[in-house]
Amino acid sequence: MSDTVKITIDEKIIEAKKGEKLLWVALQNDIYIPHLCAIKEENRPNASCRLCFVEIEGVSNPVTSCTRNVEEGMVVKTRSPVVDRLVKTAFELLISDHNLKCSDCPANRKCALQKIAKERGLKLRQKRFKTIARDYEIDDSPEEFAFDRSRCVLCGQCIWADREEAKVGAIGFTNRGIKRVVTTFEEAPLAESICTQCLMCVEACPVGALYYKK
Amino acid sequence: MKKEELHELYKKLKDDAEHKVRLGEEKPRVLVGTATCGVAAGALKIRDDFQREIESKGLDVDVVEVGCMGHCYAEPLAVIAKPGYPPVCYGYLDDGLVHRLVEDFLGGDDPSYEYALAALERNDVFPTFEDFPRGIYEQKLILENCGFIDARNIESYIARDGYSALVKALSEKPGWVLDEVKNANLRGRGGAGFPAGIKWEACIKAGGSEKYVICNADEGDPGAFMDRSVLESDPHLVIEGMILCAYAIGAEKGYLYIRAEYPRAVSHVEAAIGQAREKGLLGSSILGSDFSFDLEVFQGSGAFVCGEATALINSMEGKMGMPESRPPRLASQGYRGKPTVLNNVKTFAYVPMIISRGADWFKGIGTEESPGTAVFSLVGKVNNTGLVEVPMGTTLRQLIYDVGDGLPNNREFKAVQIGGPSGGCLPEESLDVPIDFDSLHDAGAIMGSGGLVVMDQDDCMVSVSRYFLEFTQHESCGKCTFCRIGTKHLLDILTDITRGEGDSDTLQHLEELAEDVRDGSLCNLGKTAPNPVLTTLRYFRDEYKAHIEEGRCPALVCRDLILYYIEPPKCSKLCNVCVGSCPTEAIFTREDGLKEIDQEKCVKCDNCLKACPPEYNAIVKLSPPVLPPEKEKKTK
Ligand SMILES: Cc1cc2nc3c(=O)[nH]c(=O)nc-3n(C[C@H](O)[C@H](O)[C@H](O)COP(=O)(O)O)c2cc1C
Ligand code: SF4
Ligand code: SF4
Ligand code: SF4
Ligand code: SF4
Ligand code: SF4
Ligand code: FES
Ligand code: FES
Repeated sequence: MSDTVKITIDEKIIEAKKGEKLLWVALQNDIYIPHLCAIKEENRPNASCRLCFVEIEGVSNPVTSCTRNVEEGMVVKTRSPVVDRLVKTAFELLISDHNLKCSDCPANRKCALQKIAKERGLKLRQKRFKTIARDYEIDDSPEEFAFDRSRCVLCGQCIWADREEAKVGAIGFTNRGIKRVVTTFEEAPLAESICTQCLMCVEACPVGALYYKK
Repeated sequence: MKKEELHELYKKLKDDAEHKVRLGEEKPRVLVGTATCGVAAGALKIRDDFQREIESKGLDVDVVEVGCMGHCYAEPLAVIAKPGYPPVCYGYLDDGLVHRLVEDFLGGDDPSYEYALAALERNDVFPTFEDFPRGIYEQKLILENCGFIDARNIESYIARDGYSALVKALSEKPGWVLDEVKNANLRGRGGAGFPAGIKWEACIKAGGSEKYVICNADEGDPGAFMDRSVLESDPHLVIEGMILCAYAIGAEKGYLYIRAEYPRAVSHVEAAIGQAREKGLLGSSILGSDFSFDLEVFQGSGAFVCGEATALINSMEGKMGMPESRPPRLASQGYRGKPTVLNNVKTFAYVPMIISRGADWFKGIGTEESPGTAVFSLVGKVNNTGLVEVPMGTTLRQLIYDVGDGLPNNREFKAVQIGGPSGGCLPEESLDVPIDFDSLHDAGAIMGSGGLVVMDQDDCMVSVSRYFLEFTQHESCGKCTFCRIGTKHLLDILTDITRGEGDSDTLQHLEELAEDVRDGSLCNLGKTAPNPVLTTLRYFRDEYKAHIEEGRCPALVCRDLILYYIEPPKCSKLCNVCVGSCPTEAIFTREDGLKEIDQEKCVKCDNCLKACPPEYNAIVKLSPPVLPPEKEKKTK
């Protein structure tokens, strides 16, 4: 039995390894699908950002490509009116809960949100939803980096880096619903937590929430 | 194991149980309904009253606690079973009535039928519950024993043929049990209606020797309490169902995930597990066979979302109770990564009867696609509130008007909310929709947890959908974008509408967001949370429009859109009841002796409207909140 499968994404025929997730196969083949929360090594994806929707022939509703294994003969479309509508809403929802000030942001021009907007022709400034008011304080206790929750999209990349790469376990999600945040044990400032300031999480953050001070 | 040996063993159990039960029944007995609802209505005091009265008369009568009888509107309830009389159920008990029943019936020979609700057995003197109009529509399978057996006594269950399904199954191959459940087309009663047999089969096919059976008794919907009632009133039925499932799929261990807020259910189930073990019906080598299975209670103290299958497993494994994306399904990778069957309390409760009476019997009840019965807690503006069980396919109209005896005081029906916070609101035109999984789904509602709230002209549909959204938004785990942020915006928009805010785009905007939250969320909490909004927009759009376009709440509910007004022609100089009822001293006496409300001070508490004597009935609510013109001049 061969361990590769042939699939079609946006009319491009692609050979992929069995068991791989659709999202990564597409990205490797230069087909862009918006994504924030997917982690290649994680075998049970969070599937929380809801940006990576695609349509698969024979499947009635759009599916998240980060959770879907490639299958022989799969025919995939990364764009369609239904997909675009869901992605636009998910994106605008995230922006409605985001402190949008790119000119002041350390992530300006390398930010994943900007990339999604550019690739999909979406506006960063959305008017559909009221902006959710927050009063978060910036944690600038670490020597070299700081954490500004008002820009956090809750993608979980930092938590993975901290747990699985740095093997520290200093940060995690806490609270439910709209109050969900990334935080340390008992919400201590990072410098007072078990954080070793290894900077792995800063590297992992796709937006300007965890950033170098300089 | 040989059939004969099994039957021999069971016969012993049953003879013993019957003997004990009969001994108990030789004496007169009082059965007090002490499920949680009964307790809330004062059943424990009634139990004590009975005990005290009986003792003081020196009578030899047993007072037994039983579960929910399904007539919650008449609580506290008790049944008096006295040899020589049909067992009779009495409702609306208080100490006076208890005194009288003990003296006249238990001590004398007058059953006081004038206070009786119904008899429990056919007889020549008094009608039974089946003779009630609702009896024609009701069919009790799951609730059959509820309220009539002693839930804390396994003999009571065995004497009614309890565990005979297990005996029958053990003399057949596990595959036979699976086939019966599959053939019966038993659909999951936890909300979605997924066929149980197919789930079980997937779990068998997943292979491996370590498997789990879990009963979902998280029941977190506000207003839902049927799972609790079944566990409190007839725990062995669920336990037997779980044992049968374990036998079919080859599991050795099972759990009942019961919310910690249900202490009575937990204690009844734990007692029942202990008794089943003692009788050799649970544990190793069940009834001497080579099949072993044991059960444990897991107390869930988590949030509403912990009832979702993957979140429930996470919570049992000590992780945060949050949903995961599926697949993998529980059937292949569930508790501790092993194949797991998770079913609702009621789903398991049907299994023993399907095994005893056969798949064909079960399919003969209800509809072809949704066989069996549906259990609802009927609440709201309806005469007979309580737990009801009707065959699937019964229409909403029959359920509300025949079983529930219609709306009180000739109120006008407006909507029925069905399926709990993630269900939908259906209008008058939908009353002939048959109750089954698929018809309800097509109408925009869901079977859900079986909550059924009847609403009348005084219920505002915008407020109702806001109320449910507030619940789901609060219960969102916050993991995924659509549900975390989307439900927040849905709630905010609805709140704006209850204040009359919005423009010509608001409704479309609301509807689109609701659809996207439904289509984009990770788990069923988010996917179903928009149902109340979507159905009210579909069936009651004009009411939304009235709020936005006219600043008017037709049901006179939304506080920002109403004012309280005393109609001068109706107000009486001789009365000043309202003045004292007002917490903010907003009501003053005018020069002409009539009363008037200072709108600046009024906090719209509704006290005065309730206080104004019915012969005057002078206080009204007005929406939009503008004073009648003649009036305005005067205040100026
Ligand atoms: C937010 C949420 C809460 C749920 N709560 C319950 C519950 O309290 N009891 C239940 O049986 N199922 C509940 N479910 C459904 C379960 O996920 C699952 O489908 C069910 O337990 C399967 O059993 P069944 O097939 O017998 O219905 C809930 C689902 C969601 C999304
Ligand atoms: S995180 Fe990205 S989108 Fe947000 S302010 Fe910074 S650069 Fe702009
Ligand atoms: S810098 Fe601190 S929080 Fe970040 S990954 Fe390293 S240890 Fe974890
Ligand atoms: S801090 Fe950055 S990496 Fe961490 S969850 Fe927020 S956006 Fe993602
Ligand atoms: S839909 Fe809601 S409850 Fe379900 S995972 Fe998403 S945020 Fe959590
Ligand atoms: S509604 Fe309440 S606050 Fe207003 S006038 Fe009546 S009693 Fe007073
Ligand atoms: S990348 Fe798939 S849901 Fe986030
Ligand atoms: S009679 Fe008490 S729960 Fe219904």
